[in-house]
Amino acid sequence: MNDKEKINDTDTWDINITGARGKFDLNLHEVWRYRDLLSMFVKKDIITVYKQTILGPIWFLIQPIMTTLIYVVIFGQVAKISTDGVPPVLFYLGSITIWNYFSETLTLTSKTFTENATIFGKVYFPRIILPLSKVLSGMLKLLIQLSLFLVFWAYYYFINHSISPNWHILYFPLLLLVLAIMSLSFGIIITSLTTKYRDLNFLISFAIQLLMYATPVIYPISIASPQKQIWLWLNPLTSIFEAFKFSFLGQGVFSYFWLGYSVVFTIVLLVVGVVIFNVVEKRFIDTV
Amino acid sequence: MSKEIVIKAENISKQYRLGQVGTGTLSHDLKRWWSLMRGKEDPYLQVGVENDRTKKATDDYAWALREVNFEIASGDTIGIIGKNGAGKSTLLKLLSRVTSPTTGEIKIKGRIASLLEVGTGFHPELTGRENIYMNGAILGMTKKEIASKFDEIVDFAGVEMYIDTPVKRYSSGMYVRLAFGVAAHLEPEILIVDEVLAVGDAEFQKKCLGKMSDVASHGRTIIFVSHNMQAVQSLCKSAMYMKAGRVTDMGPTATVINNYLSREIRNSLERKWELDVDAPGNDKVRLLSAVIQTSDAVNNSVISINTAFSIKFEFYNYFEGQQLNLSLFLNTASGVCVFAVGTQAKNMSKGRQLAELHIPSSFLNDDIYTINLMIVKDTASVIFKIDDVLIFEVIDSVRNGAWFGKWPGAVRPDLKFTSEKM
Repeated sequence: MNDKEKINDTDTWDINITGARGKFDLNLHEVWRYRDLLSMFVKKDIITVYKQTILGPIWFLIQPIMTTLIYVVIFGQVAKISTDGVPPVLFYLGSITIWNYFSETLTLTSKTFTENATIFGKVYFPRIILPLSKVLSGMLKLLIQLSLFLVFWAYYYFINHSISPNWHILYFPLLLLVLAIMSLSFGIIITSLTTKYRDLNFLISFAIQLLMYATPVIYPISIASPQKQIWLWLNPLTSIFEAFKFSFLGQGVFSYFWLGYSVVFTIVLLVVGVVIFNVVEKRFIDTV
Repeated sequence: MSKEIVIKAENISKQYRLGQVGTGTLSHDLKRWWSLMRGKEDPYLQVGVENDRTKKATDDYAWALREVNFEIASGDTIGIIGKNGAGKSTLLKLLSRVTSPTTGEIKIKGRIASLLEVGTGFHPELTGRENIYMNGAILGMTKKEIASKFDEIVDFAGVEMYIDTPVKRYSSGMYVRLAFGVAAHLEPEILIVDEVLAVGDAEFQKKCLGKMSDVASHGRTIIFVSHNMQAVQSLCKSAMYMKAGRVTDMGPTATVINNYLSREIRNSLERKWELDVDAPGNDKVRLLSAVIQTSDAVNNSVISINTAFSIKFEFYNYFEGQQLNLSLFLNTASGVCVFAVGTQAKNMSKGRQLAELHIPSSFLNDDIYTINLMIVKDTASVIFKIDDVLIFEVIDSVRNGAWFGKWPGAVRPDLKFTSEKM
């Protein structure tokens, strides 16, 4: 009788609040229940950026154009870094668009806990919703910027005939997915580690800059000697950028082996990230 | 039929670390990690002091909650009372899942929503309409639910005209009304309300209280934390009294509130100060003493409903010829003002002044009363104000008849009320 009651007891509770740690679970059913909140956060991210500006969403396009111009002058004209025969404008615009998505998502998600402490301190919703919303709003922004890239790309392909894309373009959505998950995982790991000790915060912007130069963003991997290339390949971002350039511009290396390495790396990173995030989200509000 | 239990707290405790999070924390974290690695218990869970905010902490850890157990049935409206630092807010934080307990477990049936602070997640750049959706979603509603309540919310908040204006241009009153409107139209099984009634004007407060009792009458569970005993009394069927992180008493509201008042509030019948900066006041006037004097010379400190007594204030006036008058407010401990009375305004000479109020016998009921005092200049500006300057309890004297329940009413005047054969 007593046992029966007990079984019944545990079955019918909807929420159990405990101090227990170490959940190995992204809590996806709860995220699904809060999907409207997720879309609302994404919408907020997009529309609050250009509120009270004259040009509005056009700013999303101006930013990469400006950066591309600067890079064309500095890296192309002054430093004379090779682009392997690809028109420099297209080369820089493509890599910058993709790189900016990665670095911005990483920066934003790595501030999840510290920037939203007040809201987290008052109301419960699955915490992972916030970094997820940054990944998605960044993705929307990326799609807008990619369309700009495609305009230039179409010009060089159909009119100028100076690039040779191929069917590997079909892999592009997969590349984006890996990139998105990688930036999310890095971001939630960093934000979890910085709730109690803020030291890491100071390093992140340096680390991201450094990472950009360790990734073939503004240069093709071919400018490195074969012995040094192996070190570049160990960077899980390298294969993604090279595959992107190879499929769209016909320059670069499409390596199934190194892409597989990046995928495995990303999965491991995601698992680690989720575990740490779950441990921290329960009690970070006491230390933030 | 016994009602279904919707919240069950089992042995919950919550420990906080005091002081700065810094290098010291790292060494504690390492020690903790080391003992967990060896399969031992967390060494810091055995230490820690009671959360008493009046004393300086002697330990690095404090328990905000200690072994709290309770059950709340569905449809209950329960008020949580206690002094600041008793653990009320911590308990609410745990219930609303903002943080988790150090040990123990809380089990909840149904959806839970909290009004810990209204307006959570309001973005100043978004319009009223966008914020309603945003805020509703944060509080756990779906888009469909919000859409079906949208008109009601706008109506409740009375901001129809400004619904497409960014909320950063709202007046603070509009902002709060809109925020509370969203929260009030949530339909969770369990609603947590924390002191939101402190904001807004009187009419709006009335609206809120109405909304809450409306929610309660639909069989939903409400947990209400407030310092306003009157509100707790009128809204809640039962109450929980917390002290120093533990549940001291739980039961019918009236009993628990009386228990709380009698334990937390002490008589203070006489207070005196020397004439210097420590005395309450400022460079215009300074209070020197506040005393309650009964006519009974033998048993001076006991006031029964049959005792006549006077309330005397002595204060120092720094300016020759200031036109001053005194206002006195007599409140019951639950915060209801019984009466307010003022002296005639007059030009006072520099020096000590005395004011006296006589309270006749057979006037006050048996209750705990507090006195607030105000000194007003030129019958216009309040130059000095002190709350709870005196606190006293009026006790019931021997009563005729067979009924011994609490006599209702803020006052108990001995009025002539007769009956006779016609």
